[in-house]
Amino acid sequence: MSGFFTSVHLREELCMGCINCIKRCPTQAIRVRNGKAVITKEFCIDCGECIRICHHHAKEATYDSLEVMNNYEYTVALPAPSLYGQFNNLEDVNIVLTALKKMGFDNVYEVSGAAELVSEMSRDYVANNKDRWPLISTACPTVVRLIQVRFPNLIEHLLPICSPVDLAAILASKKAMKETGLPREKIGILFISPCPAKVTAVKSPIGIAHSEIDGVLAMKDIYPILLPYMKDSVDEVENLSISGRIGISWGGTGGEASGLLLENYLAADGIENVIRVLEDVEDNKLELLEFIELNACSGGCVGGVLTVENPYAAKVRLKRLRKYLPVACSHLENGNIQEGFWNDEVNYKPVFNIGNNMKESIENMTRVESMYKKFPKLDCGACGAPTCKSLAEDIARGVAKEEDCIHILREYIHKISNELSRLDGKK
Amino acid sequence: MNDMIKMQYVVPADDFTRAGEASSSVKRKLKLMGVKPEIVRKVAIAMYEGEINMVIHASGGIIDVTVTPDMIEMVLKDRGPGIADIDQAMRAGFSTAPDNIRALGFGAGMGLPNMRKYADELSIESELGVGTTVKMKVNIV
Repeated sequence: MSGFFTSVHLREELCMGCINCIKRCPTQAIRVRNGKAVITKEFCIDCGECIRICHHHAKEATYDSLEVMNNYEYTVALPAPSLYGQFNNLEDVNIVLTALKKMGFDNVYEVSGAAELVSEMSRDYVANNKDRWPLISTACPTVVRLIQVRFPNLIEHLLPICSPVDLAAILASKKAMKETGLPREKIGILFISPCPAKVTAVKSPIGIAHSEIDGVLAMKDIYPILLPYMKDSVDEVENLSISGRIGISWGGTGGEASGLLLENYLAADGIENVIRVLEDVEDNKLELLEFIELNACSGGCVGGVLTVENPYAAKVRLKRLRKYLPVACSHLENGNIQEGFWNDEVNYKPVFNIGNNMKESIENMTRVESMYKKFPKLDCGACGAPTCKSLAEDIARGVAKEEDCIHILREYIHKISNELSRLDGKK
Repeated sequence: MNDMIKMQYVVPADDFTRAGEASSSVKRKLKLMGVKPEIVRKVAIAMYEGEINMVIHASGGIIDVTVTPDMIEMVLKDRGPGIADIDQAMRAGFSTAPDNIRALGFGAGMGLPNMRKYADELSIESELGVGTTVKMKVNIV
């Protein structure tokens, strides 16, 4: 299956072939083969759990290096609101924004500003589309990809509005073109991201045909460079912020949902919790909800693997930071922004299928079941698959064999050696 | 005929933390098998309703699921108290669930009506003091 891009990748020389990542992966996308982890790209949803768990630092996210700034005549930094939660005792987001300009960006455009516009558009959309309740947030690209490959029945519930960063990129690029007179290709719209999934969302977007983001920088790379510039900026702060409480709140779980000013919403975070909620929605177990906010990372975007700070500490900081801000600073001036809506159809990608048709699937599932009965059900991971069940499925898919199970292999060797000694005795 | 697969699930009594395990497992398997999403959903909802009924009313039971290329059949068998009046039980809103169960959010009287709504075929055989067998079928084509 081609056409699947994932940001998470393996640094083979560092991989010890342990079983930590295969056990942690929520979509069972990783196997250890020949002593190294192998990611099945079409199963991977870029949640970053394997990056978090790997003690050998063999899992990495792909993102752009700071040199990408040199490719453009004019650059605009798009800081995610989670960035503001990374700094101790920050009183004013303008210090961060001023420092971004000092470190070399020509301008900044707050993602939290665009988030306030997304909030307004979402409020309108949720109110006018009762038949599609509960609408599910599409700001977390990992959640959108998860739904696309595993919850096809919920695709119609996806909120068809760009994520704040994509809207920010649209607006920032227009603004930059207008202000500088430069053609689009000379302008670099660079996102400062808390997570690797955003890299994937730029390279192979879902819901929009093309993303206006030109590069994705890791928050953890920007952080150490930004700190000294922030100290310099304190005395000459430029007023660059375009967001208030609603926008800043998007950085943590519950921020998006609370910005909708609804009563009946649910906000969940952590990939396992997200999956449980989606299972329940699919089975009609969560009725009467208008909106569901889901974040793959615990704590929300502040919990992304490219952040520096403890997500819960960062959330507290965001709360403190927004305390005296106006409710919102960015507003839709002429109604909904048409480019802010999705313009590409989202289709189900049945990547997990074990057969090409019903007959084959029944045969393969029968094999899975009978194979599973033979396995010890220890889920030891020694075969390289996370569970005995997943090994059985791999065998049915033709990518593993029975003797990969060391317990089966041991029995097999035992049988052979018995046979040999019997033959030996006959001599 | 080899074009079928049978699966059996034991539904434990009075354990709400485990209620739904069987229907979740079937849902997962049907998705892996490439059954159309809307069909999987019908099976998952209908079967969950039946499963939860077994937990609430009948001290658990056995569910047999058969999948062929044309249909999915679920047979839910319990040795519970039986249903006195099946027509009455089929009515939306009718429930004999005790208060402690209602407090958990169950017992809205929508179990059987939902099973009828989501299954393409539904038949119930019940004898008071002996038990109930619910058969549901969802067509694939």
